[in-house]
Amino acid sequence: MPDADFQSRTFAYARHADQDAATPARRPVVVVGAGPVGLALAIDLAQRGVPVVLLDDDDRLSTGSRAICFAKRTLEIFDRLGCGDRTVAKGVSWNVGKVFLRDELVYRFDLLPDPGHERPAFVNLQQYYVESHLVERARQLPLVDLRWKNEVVATQPRDDHVVLTIATPDGEHRLEAEWLVACDGSRSAVRRQMGLESKGRSFRDRFLIADVRMAHDAPAERWFWFDPAFHPNQSVLLHRQPDGVWRIDFQLGWDADPEHEKKPENILPRVKALLAHSSALRDAEFTLEWASVYTFSCQRMARFRHGRVLFAGDAAHGVSPFGARGANSGVQDADNLAWKLAAVVQGRAPDALLDTYAREREAAADENIRHSTRATDFITPKSAASRLFRDAVLTLARTQPFARTLVNSGRLSTATTLRDSPLSTPDADSFDGAMQPGAAAADARVTRADGRDDWLLRQLRDGFNAIVGADGATEQALRGLAVDGFALNVIAIAAAPPDAPSPDTLVDRDGAVARRYDLRRGGVVLLRPDAHVCARWRAATRSQVAVAMRHALALPEGVAR
Amino acid sequence: MSLITDPNLDSPDDFYEALIAAHDGLAEPESHALNARLVLLLANHIGSLEVLREALAAARLDAQSAPAS
Repeated sequence: MPDADFQSRTFAYARHADQDAATPARRPVVVVGAGPVGLALAIDLAQRGVPVVLLDDDDRLSTGSRAICFAKRTLEIFDRLGCGDRTVAKGVSWNVGKVFLRDELVYRFDLLPDPGHERPAFVNLQQYYVESHLVERARQLPLVDLRWKNEVVATQPRDDHVVLTIATPDGEHRLEAEWLVACDGSRSAVRRQMGLESKGRSFRDRFLIADVRMAHDAPAERWFWFDPAFHPNQSVLLHRQPDGVWRIDFQLGWDADPEHEKKPENILPRVKALLAHSSALRDAEFTLEWASVYTFSCQRMARFRHGRVLFAGDAAHGVSPFGARGANSGVQDADNLAWKLAAVVQGRAPDALLDTYAREREAAADENIRHSTRATDFITPKSAASRLFRDAVLTLARTQPFARTLVNSGRLSTATTLRDSPLSTPDADSFDGAMQPGAAAADARVTRADGRDDWLLRQLRDGFNAIVGADGATEQALRGLAVDGFALNVIAIAAAPPDAPSPDTLVDRDGAVARRYDLRRGGVVLLRPDAHVCARWRAATRSQVAVAMRHALALPEGVAR
Repeated sequence: MSLITDPNLDSPDDFYEALIAAHDGLAEPESHALNARLVLLLANHIGSLEVLREALAAARLDAQSAPAS
């Protein structure tokens, strides 16, 4: 499909039988907002057997490129949802960022310096492509009931359900949801209708996004300028997208007039100045694709769960764009919530499991807001002292390696480690490495018994997964374990090809599994259904693993089933 | 013992945030005074005159090329 058609693509509103029901229909789960977060959540729930009604007040994909940086963790979640390959194939993969002070390169970073991951640190891709991949995936799932032009105009929470009033082209009707998830963005209608707020800090600064189309083969890297000659005293960020489109983000300052800056005749000179600055780009012909002037806040709701209503994505929390922590953290919200909500709806876990969604993702939001606020304070200093140190850091960074670690043009999104999660079983043994309880499982290259190479994360199955340092006895002891319908999939990893090759044993060909997980023979790393580590042992019995699985489901301990 | 110029801070972003926060609400002369006290405290902690001379030289090196603002 030509790209232009993607932007203008509309989805047909269809009248649903629920609109004619004499008494409001009741649905187990209603998700509001078919953006990346709502779509990911709906797909995930449907894949877990839960019927979902997904409402969107519009009938089209995102306007403009908007979120363009999709992080490794998001891609791994999309792999599980069945659209990772498409997103990676269409996107521009990148790992390297460069920071310039005026015209001089002061700092270069590689977000994935250690090889052996299937997915890159990031792909850049216009949000409408990602949404389109997710919509097409959702349409393959009969359990996703996607209703366009369905605008929630009233939300009335009750003890055991929520009553929604929905406006459509055919008028208003009511719908009851046993569980409601608001993924309806930073100006969430559900949040407002419930009298709730997202609070935090607004930044007195304005930024211009210009997406320009030009034929040019500059490398796929993130380039960030402090105080460049072509845009003095401000910052500029350049990113490459597919289809020959480049994202340029100009800091304008608080006094800029958004209406004035949005006009193409005022944008073009800014872009020309940037291009003229680079010998490689000087003569590039370009056309303006999309532009937007924005401000931002770092904020969140005090609580992400209000009884039967859960909030996710921008509805629950907001960050600055520096660090690509908006859509990526929202997709992590969906990933965290889907298995828990499915388990509760299906009566396989107690309601309290949903409190852990709120607790884990509120802490993640705090971390994202902290990083985002720090980057913003560095990029746009708010006091003379802050400016003084910012400039000192940038000056020193040219010659002093230590100062480069202080340069902050955005700490880019990685999976949040859910430290202090109530679902984690604390370590009883001592371990090294990043794969502590709460960490999202890291990938590694493995070799199958038939000699073919594969990826560790491709071995994960629905339910719980145990990565086991193969010793024969441990994987044997754990096979067939299940708790409340959650099966345990055993992934046996050997340091070297076993003497008697087992079809199920994978070889840790680069030693990366051992290194990243600090895994030895007989060791076990237990992953919960969203692939976060929830327990690990140097040696474990079947009952220890079963207890840890029950703990991760917020089930009472010690009750054998 | 010579001046460490490779990354050596436990948590660079936490340190930087605390550094900027220490200046919150101070007028420029007060900020200067805070920086001076801070340099003296850190210098005493370092102790070695040789290391301090190296740090002074490294800081001085960039004095001419630093952004003017």
